[in-house]
Amino acid sequence: MSTLAVARTNRMGIGNILLMLLNVATVVAMGLLMWAALVYARPASNLAGDEQTAQRIFYLHMGCNIGALVAYFASLTGSLAYLLTRKLGWDRLTLASIEVGTLCGIGTLVTGMFWAKPTWNTYWTWDPRVTTATITVLLYIAYILFRNGIDNRQTRARFSSIYALFAFLSLPITFYSARWFRSIHPVVFSGSNPDAQGGFDIGPSMGQTVGIASLAFTLLCATLMIYRWRQLGLEDQMAELREEIE
Amino acid sequence: MIVSISNATPAQEQMPPLHEPQLDEAKPEQAVKMRTGGGLAGYLRKVWAIAAKDLRAELRAKESLSTMIAFSLLAVLIFGLAFDLRVPDAEMIAPGVLWVVILFSGILGLNRSFGAEADRGTMAALLLAPVDRSAIYFGKFFANLVFMLLNEALILPATLIIFDLNILQLWIVVGVFLGTVGYVAVGTLFAALAANSRARESMLPILLLPVMVPVFMAGVALTANVLDGRVLEEFQRWLWIMVVYDLVFVTVAYLVFELIWEEV
Repeated sequence: MSTLAVARTNRMGIGNILLMLLNVATVVAMGLLMWAALVYARPASNLAGDEQTAQRIFYLHMGCNIGALVAYFASLTGSLAYLLTRKLGWDRLTLASIEVGTLCGIGTLVTGMFWAKPTWNTYWTWDPRVTTATITVLLYIAYILFRNGIDNRQTRARFSSIYALFAFLSLPITFYSARWFRSIHPVVFSGSNPDAQGGFDIGPSMGQTVGIASLAFTLLCATLMIYRWRQLGLEDQMAELREEIE
Repeated sequence: MIVSISNATPAQEQMPPLHEPQLDEAKPEQAVKMRTGGGLAGYLRKVWAIAAKDLRAELRAKESLSTMIAFSLLAVLIFGLAFDLRVPDAEMIAPGVLWVVILFSGILGLNRSFGAEADRGTMAALLLAPVDRSAIYFGKFFANLVFMLLNEALILPATLIIFDLNILQLWIVVGVFLGTVGYVAVGTLFAALAANSRARESMLPILLLPVMVPVFMAGVALTANVLDGRVLEEFQRWLWIMVVYDLVFVTVAYLVFELIWEEV
């Protein structure tokens, strides 16, 4: 019976059509973002030389960061909802979003480093946002490693949800203690950090590009998460079927 | 001879069933007394029973505390050697060294906390105890806290000697205590989680250290500020971070601990 159910969900249904549309939207939005970030957005008027070239990576940096944020909230929802309902679907959502979040988090860090070398004259600094992003990626990796070490499916889901809950509760405290520790990060949108270095005032074409970046990366993350979520569901079904045979 | 021994053994094996019903009759009363021994005092008595078991086991086996202390002393010495040639002023690195040694040595003790139960197969017995799961948590928490504080009682003087710094100051000691409470609160729960995974001993630091970053930063900043001779108003925020951390994680650990052993 369950094999038939698997086969049926993989035929064309309303869900698959929507997913196809999402794929197209993601590709279009990412293409648009590349054009906007490299061509459309006007150069920053207060920067020159390498800093001027490097600031264009901000749109990818921002996009990756938004992707990581989406994944963070999705995994928080997934782990809480699993502990409350005990439906494995939520656990799969947590894993899918944490995997996507790891990619986006690493993307944020790497693009940040490329920008920081010409601007801050160092690849790395213990700025609160850099610290928090790094710790988040480390927590995500710990989560994935921890999961792989537990054999029982329900135990794996429960333990990793508990861990995710703890990990996410510690992140705001990490951020505030890191902020008090030291900060040189420019605050681009609201307010300003008097110690910030390498910031730029944001013009209309730049604002629109940031909007496109947020949208494109949200779509990209959603698409990746849905595919991974479905794949994990199929994995679980396969494991169940294998148990039935044995 | 062989025949007589093989005859004797079944007879001896049959003996226990004769005694067991008597034990079983005696047990429910005890169990009822344990469970109804009401209120906060009763709960604390159960917590103490679990903690006392761990402390007594440690007193006899000297397994985790001695390893922790040996590791801590070694680590302080190795850091002292590592920085001896290039760091002109020990005050620059001592706060970091102190907290790194505290965090790393704690992992050894926390690993044994549930690892020892799993190794000896006493986990099921612990879980069968007629107490709340949270009492098991707080019992383990208290025992680990005692081990950590004893360990730190040696780390602080060792740092003082090796780096020749007056590190035994009131607010540093308060900070170390507050940080340890949060560390052990999270660490005990993670040790219980990690004890059920395949790569138990190596898993715990990977799980625990990223979550401990706030305590670590607060501890290092606090220690550095006190060593610089600042006044309380300048560094009290670090103490507050630790207090908030302790409150949040002790509460969450208390709420979540019941969920760990559901199907066992």
